[in-house]
Amino acid sequence: MTKVCEFEIHHTRFLDAEGHVTGPLPQFGEDTDSLKALYRWMVLTRSFDAKAVALQRTGRLGTFASSLGQEAVAVGAAAAMQDNDVLVPSFREQGALLVRGVPMKHQFLYWGGDERGSVYVNNAQDFPNSVPVGTHAPHAAGVALAIKLRGEKRAVLCLFGDGATSKGDVYEAMNIAGVWKLPVVFVVNNNQWAISINRAQQTAAETLAQKAIGAGIGGEQVDGNDVIAVRHVVGQALGRARSGEGPHLIEALTYRLSDHTTADDASRYREEDVVAAHWKEDPVARLRTYLNENAGWGREDEEKLIEDIAAEVEDAAQTYLNEPPQAAESMFDYLFADVPAELARQRDDVRRRAAKGGGDD
Amino acid sequence: MTEITLVEAVNMALARAMQEDDMVVVLGEDVGIDGGVFRATDGLFQRFGGARVFDTPLSEGVIAGVSVGLSAQGFRPIPEIQFMGFIYPAMDQIFSHAARLRNRTRGRLSCPLVLRAPYGGGIHAPEHHSESIEAMFAHVPGLRVVIPSSPSRAYGLLLAAIRDPDPVVFLEPKRIYRAVKEDVIDDGEALPLDTCFRLRQGSDITLITWGAMIVETMAAAAKLEHERVSADVIDVATLGPVDMETILESVDKTGHAVIIHEAAMTGGFGAEIAARLAEHGLLSLEAPVLRIAGYDTVMPMFRLEDHYMPSAARIVDAARQSLAFG
Repeated sequence: MTKVCEFEIHHTRFLDAEGHVTGPLPQFGEDTDSLKALYRWMVLTRSFDAKAVALQRTGRLGTFASSLGQEAVAVGAAAAMQDNDVLVPSFREQGALLVRGVPMKHQFLYWGGDERGSVYVNNAQDFPNSVPVGTHAPHAAGVALAIKLRGEKRAVLCLFGDGATSKGDVYEAMNIAGVWKLPVVFVVNNNQWAISINRAQQTAAETLAQKAIGAGIGGEQVDGNDVIAVRHVVGQALGRARSGEGPHLIEALTYRLSDHTTADDASRYREEDVVAAHWKEDPVARLRTYLNENAGWGREDEEKLIEDIAAEVEDAAQTYLNEPPQAAESMFDYLFADVPAELARQRDDVRRRAAKGGGDD
Repeated sequence: MTEITLVEAVNMALARAMQEDDMVVVLGEDVGIDGGVFRATDGLFQRFGGARVFDTPLSEGVIAGVSVGLSAQGFRPIPEIQFMGFIYPAMDQIFSHAARLRNRTRGRLSCPLVLRAPYGGGIHAPEHHSESIEAMFAHVPGLRVVIPSSPSRAYGLLLAAIRDPDPVVFLEPKRIYRAVKEDVIDDGEALPLDTCFRLRQGSDITLITWGAMIVETMAAAAKLEHERVSADVIDVATLGPVDMETILESVDKTGHAVIIHEAAMTGGFGAEIAARLAEHGLLSLEAPVLRIAGYDTVMPMFRLEDHYMPSAARIVDAARQSLAFG
């Protein structure tokens, strides 16, 4: 018997769980301002999540999927993007959306049941949240094909969760990206849970990164609670993609500290002490420790940041709550470029009834 | 003027659209050097090259999904699904994403793609190659479903579908891909979407159909003519949004309506037309609306398919039944 080929999966981290450096930092890590910026995005994401949960609990937001504990994946990955790259996200990547310039008001609107939340201004080519799991991965390949056809030096970042790797769509997207050498980086935000289904129930594969091997593309793991490592590994992959070296898969290992959504009760299927143990891996505390010890980040800096962010989040929440509602008949306005006659008739009915407060004739 | 078949008209429209607009690209299984299993994309790869015509891996889901990404970037992709019986994995992409992207981004992103697929029975193909599930697509808001029934309508409607800013599912009746030839001028003139076509003028009964069933329906109309019954024959062409005005106007004139389709009866698009005739044309009707459709069975393999497909005889019987009512 002959060995035909051999594969390895590498894992990258720069900060251990205590925030101590495990090796030389990448170049951007030497710039403490860029690390402070990453820290700020993570704190903002956590604060946004907390506010969103509070709004949901008080009946002012719909079901919401918090990203508590996994902020470093979304923030680190999005921070590695160039403005003209394209983000194709799943639905728990608010940190990435914040970094991409989607205002908190828009994200509140989206989770508050209003399509206007997906009208992005700063990053108009980015895709909206994909609620169907994994079916957005082929879109990322399609956007990457468009970029390649135009000969542009930009790339696509596609984020999905561990559950999505069980879907054919993700494999199919990686496969076609490999065949056509498309400029797309797939990042698995492996938070260990797909609602109540844990990572071991999802697949017998030792790593999710190795799913790349079957598709013929590169795959690696990164400590998803080390924002420096995520930013670095994703940045390297995006750089290679932009220069024509093709697609890549990155498995970012993290942990979902929250319920799946506000409609979920995770205590039905996982032990609280396991969750508590994972708090020791907290990506926010980890970078804070590093900044405390290496960048002169002191208590006053921290207090001021928390205060500023609280005000920013509160302001966004108020703007969201004060946003005038969409007209009822707007549900017809964007189905087609021009409203067909039959739909115009149905729209008139909605408009007429809404004007009367929904009563009968 | 050239005499061409329906599939040649599809090819001619594709070439025309690609020549007119660099953003038009064609992708699918075997659409490149092979020219498609029915030759609908014949010569396009050779003429426009591998940067406009892509052979994809064997995945209907990814063919549709990649097209969503391409169209959001301003391309006008024309994905081909080789047979409608294999379209189910693509439906998630078309229903969950293509049909909704404009709406859910309030117009920021859109999907001007045309998903082409040959459909229907009658060519003695293997299992899973003869399905007609147009009603499933017509049910989904945000989609147009367009079905040509002649070479000239294939040419004009496909051009219209490609130029349309929204997703269109373009279903090609493969039984009549090569059944007739017609003079089609390659002048780039599109036909209107959302409009029925009247194939025959008559005053006694309205026969409403689409796709390959125009063959049986026109044969039935000719037979009825011998019985001094003159049939108005309407090719619906766009299922959703359906042009009910033309249908209602005809039924107002004839008072009798028979709807003919190859797809299974229950939940077929004929039910939608019948319901709308009941809602808006009740006082025009002199008899119940009748449907002649495929039976509510799995599409049989080809030894039995002739028994499944609506025949001219069944249509004639239905017309007689309608005219004898009351």
